Amino acid sequence: MTIQSPLDAPALADEYFIENRNRLLELAAFLDRLDRADPTRGSRDFRLRALADALAILAGPGPNYVSQIQELLSDPTTEPIAALDRKSALGAYGGKK
Amino acid sequence: MKYIDHHAHMVSRTTDDYQHMALTGCVAVTEPAFWAGWDRSTADGMEDYFRQLTEFEPRRAAQFGVRHYCWLAMNPKESDNRELSREVLKRIPAFLDRPTVLGIGEIGMNRITRNEVATFDEQVELAHAHRQLILIHTPHLEDKLKGTRVSIEVLRRYRSLDPGRVLIDHAEEHTLELILEHGYWAGLTLYPQTKVSPQRAVDMIEQYGPDRICVAGACDWGPSDPIAVPRFVMEMRRRRLPEDLIERVVFENPARFLRQSGKFHVDLEPVAAGT
Repeated sequence: MTIQSPLDAPALADEYFIENRNRLLELAAFLDRLDRADPTRGSRDFRLRALADALAILAGPGPNYVSQIQELLSDPTTEPIAALDRKSALGAYGGKK
Repeated sequence: MKYIDHHAHMVSRTTDDYQHMALTGCVAVTEPAFWAGWDRSTADGMEDYFRQLTEFEPRRAAQFGVRHYCWLAMNPKESDNRELSREVLKRIPAFLDRPTVLGIGEIGMNRITRNEVATFDEQVELAHAHRQLILIHTPHLEDKLKGTRVSIEVLRRYRSLDPGRVLIDHAEEHTLELILEHGYWAGLTLYPQTKVSPQRAVDMIEQYGPDRICVAGACDWGPSDPIAVPRFVMEMRRRRLPEDLIERVVFENPARFLRQSGKFHVDLEPVAAGT
């Protein structure tokens, strides 16, 4: 069961464009910040490589951008690990897909 | 609009937060046992925490007319410690008859270790043996999909376990369908950075409909918001979605799931729009 949003596309753009423009600039500023710190870092850090892959998804035709990116960032395996390695998640999967 | 927050770690919040929740329409919270941000060293310490959840917090909430219920468990982040987990699990049955204990939770996995899976299995068995509702935590970020898949795999081994008595929490876009298609309830937790924003939660309601979906703030000791559910209500209104749909998601759905415990008592009468 899906629910048709009462807002059509122009109304959604009117309502949400400004805040998403801001999110886009925040992401751009983050990438600029990384470049200033170390222009080569992006290729070495698996999280930043995942971010670049996610941006390629966003540049594509869709649909389901969010699900595609969630899956890109997820551990695809199902086998439990043998021993606890750390408490916290890192935000992107660094192993082999 | 009145609402129920089915996932709020109030031991980490101030009394003012209870007041703010009450002022924004909260009539009941349910508090799962969780990780305090550091590992506890003894089962005695955990038992004291269970007493806090069952004795002190209901009194603190009642000052503002908020009903407080709880879930007891060995939480996922400490469940890799098998020795402590076994000791804690032995002590839980003595609490299950307390009037505000709704079931076993939040159980689940953190990094999906073999030990965590074993403890999770034992807690599902405990809940099943004592006919308790189950509240499941799914891991964060890159571990969520795997943790959800493994949790469901364990749950499905209990063939007589009614999936309608299990809520799998912290669902996101890539796990929601998996949870719903197996008949479980799903929770969307509204968390500033690591879970779901009100906007994305409303997107998921639009995509999947309101059946068996609840929303909660999951406020705790980290960056989180005790009035996240009212922000979700505001976002639903911003999309021009109808009041009866909003009320279903933030009040009727959690009430329907939680009443299966036989202990959850909050009036199910509809609330007039705009109240």
